[in-house]
Amino acid sequence: MFIARFLVCFAALIVLPVGAEQSGPGLGVKASETMIENWSLDIFADGEGLPAGQGNAVAGKQVYQQYCLLCHGVKGGGGSAEELAGAEHNLIDNPPDKTIGTYWPYPTTIFDFVSRSMPLSAPGSLSNNEIYAVTAYLLYLNDIISETAVINAVSLPQVQMPNRLGFISTFH
Amino acid sequence: MSADLEKPVAGGGLLDRRLFLKKGLSFSVAALTVDSASAADWQQARSPWMNEPGEPFSNYGRPSSHERKTIRWVMANSMAPGNGVSWTPLHDLEGMMTPNGLHFERHHNGVPKIDPKQHHLLIHGLVDNALVFSVDALLRYPMTSFLGFIECGGNSNAGWREQPIQTQAGYFHGMASCSEWTGVPLSILLDEAKTKSGAQWVIAEGADASVMNVSIPLDKILDDCLIALYQNGERIRPENGYPLRLIVPGWEGVTHVKWLRRLRLTDKPVMARNETAKYTELLPSGKARQFSFVMEAKSLITNPSFGHQLAQPGLYQISGLAWSGRGKIVKVEVSADGGETWAEAALQEPVLAKCFTRFRIPWRWRGGMAVLKSRATDETGYLQPERETLIEQRGRHGYFHYNAVVSWAVSETGEISHVYR
Ligand code: HEC
Repeated sequence: MFIARFLVCFAALIVLPVGAEQSGPGLGVKASETMIENWSLDIFADGEGLPAGQGNAVAGKQVYQQYCLLCHGVKGGGGSAEELAGAEHNLIDNPPDKTIGTYWPYPTTIFDFVSRSMPLSAPGSLSNNEIYAVTAYLLYLNDIISETAVINAVSLPQVQMPNRLGFISTFH
Repeated sequence: MSADLEKPVAGGGLLDRRLFLKKGLSFSVAALTVDSASAADWQQARSPWMNEPGEPFSNYGRPSSHERKTIRWVMANSMAPGNGVSWTPLHDLEGMMTPNGLHFERHHNGVPKIDPKQHHLLIHGLVDNALVFSVDALLRYPMTSFLGFIECGGNSNAGWREQPIQTQAGYFHGMASCSEWTGVPLSILLDEAKTKSGAQWVIAEGADASVMNVSIPLDKILDDCLIALYQNGERIRPENGYPLRLIVPGWEGVTHVKWLRRLRLTDKPVMARNETAKYTELLPSGKARQFSFVMEAKSLITNPSFGHQLAQPGLYQISGLAWSGRGKIVKVEVSADGGETWAEAALQEPVLAKCFTRFRIPWRWRGGMAVLKSRATDETGYLQPERETLIEQRGRHGYFHYNAVVSWAVSETGEISHVYR
């Protein structure tokens, strides 16, 4: 339901009719399956949306050094951009250290974010294998998986994040 | 004038909010008389610009060249100039609306150069009809306007610091701006797409280089959200989402996705970076608040504020802004003695829900030290908290959703600084 808004002009009360009763001219065009597939970039926490492909941290280190290190620093810290690993404090320290390892609740968010937004200088340029590999490397840098663990559509959602239960939804 | 209006209504020289409404306010005229002996140019019969034709018309107006200092202050990443924020100079503005060129910006990876002919909005997921809308098609839909604020969830975050930041009000609280947004109610478009049962969330995504995405509860989308095409009467500017942006009244800025290109109805949130790693507030317990969408009541005095200088003791008008993501502002109280006593300010009409509300109150500054504060109450009865209270509840490391009372200290010489008191 659309909330009616009121504009008070001196004494006169003018109600702008809005929302609920309105309907449109019906100009939406049926979207093709191909378009929907091409545009559906979302990677959900349960793994829905993850593409084919795989990688491990060994391969991911190469990707990282070539495409990420410049901004994020060696081993995910000390660069001009966000710290990705190497937390020296936990979440109740002063100040706390919020990294993928200490803070992020879901491993799939790394894939979702890197595939849509990174590298900042050339977003959308990495192959799915490269994204899996660099995701594995970030998890490895945060001591969550081993250097050789294979990360793919099946294994990624199963990775247990240390802060998986650290969030309280304030929305009801 | 009636003498009782000049009677202080609270400590520190606060006067009745109706004072300026009364005629015949007697100033101490002598002090204000122009020194006629100096015969300055402006005392001649005609000023120079009255002796020659003025400038011709312009296709698109610009502010006076004398107002060049009124600008957005840009804070961007050195390695990535399109990653950062720019702030609305609230300390230089009056009224409730923000000029389009001064609306705050938060971009993750620059402003995309979108060709509106190539831009489309896809609505898909848990709907009977997955639909694509061209911008031209959307321009033919029934439109409605929302006058309201957009505030970044990270606005005012310097308030969490140990020491009060010394910077202009706008460069501290100006990740908030207010516009008239006009566009198509989403309820109309979702009606056309036919929402399936089980749909609870809408994932909104932008067409910028970061392809920003965020999950929003469907109930809110159906309640009052808009696909905005116009801002303050003109087509939305590129940095504010041209050709279309999502408007989510009262909720944190990150949900008002700019350059909107896709809405996916789902039964679960996507758990994007911007709803997990960011825009969540870490509490002292180590747990974090998530999906804390609503921007709670806030107010601040914009004039006088940091950087302003009171010229001499005398009568001033304290002016500021208040807003709440839960509805209308019903009351703003001002203190000139650091919170010992409070007086109610006048609210400028129109007072609208989820919209900037301008408040004002007269104040006689006698030349001593003073601490000016404001606190807002919204129609739900929520009172803007003091900083101590907020920190008691949330700790100091939440980063987002800082809405505590703002205090400006006035020195004996009329300088204004930011204090925590
Ligand atoms: C040109 C500099 C640059 C490059 C190159 C770059 N990034 Fe980033 N990255 C950033 C910036 C800046 C941000 C913050 C983005 C924002 O504000 O939305 C960021 C954010 C991130 C984040 C989110 C961090 C957080 O805590 O929210 C991740 C993860 C990330 N980058 C991974 C990568 C990976 C993986 C690569 C290489 C494939 C990469 N980045 C390359 C600049 C860069």
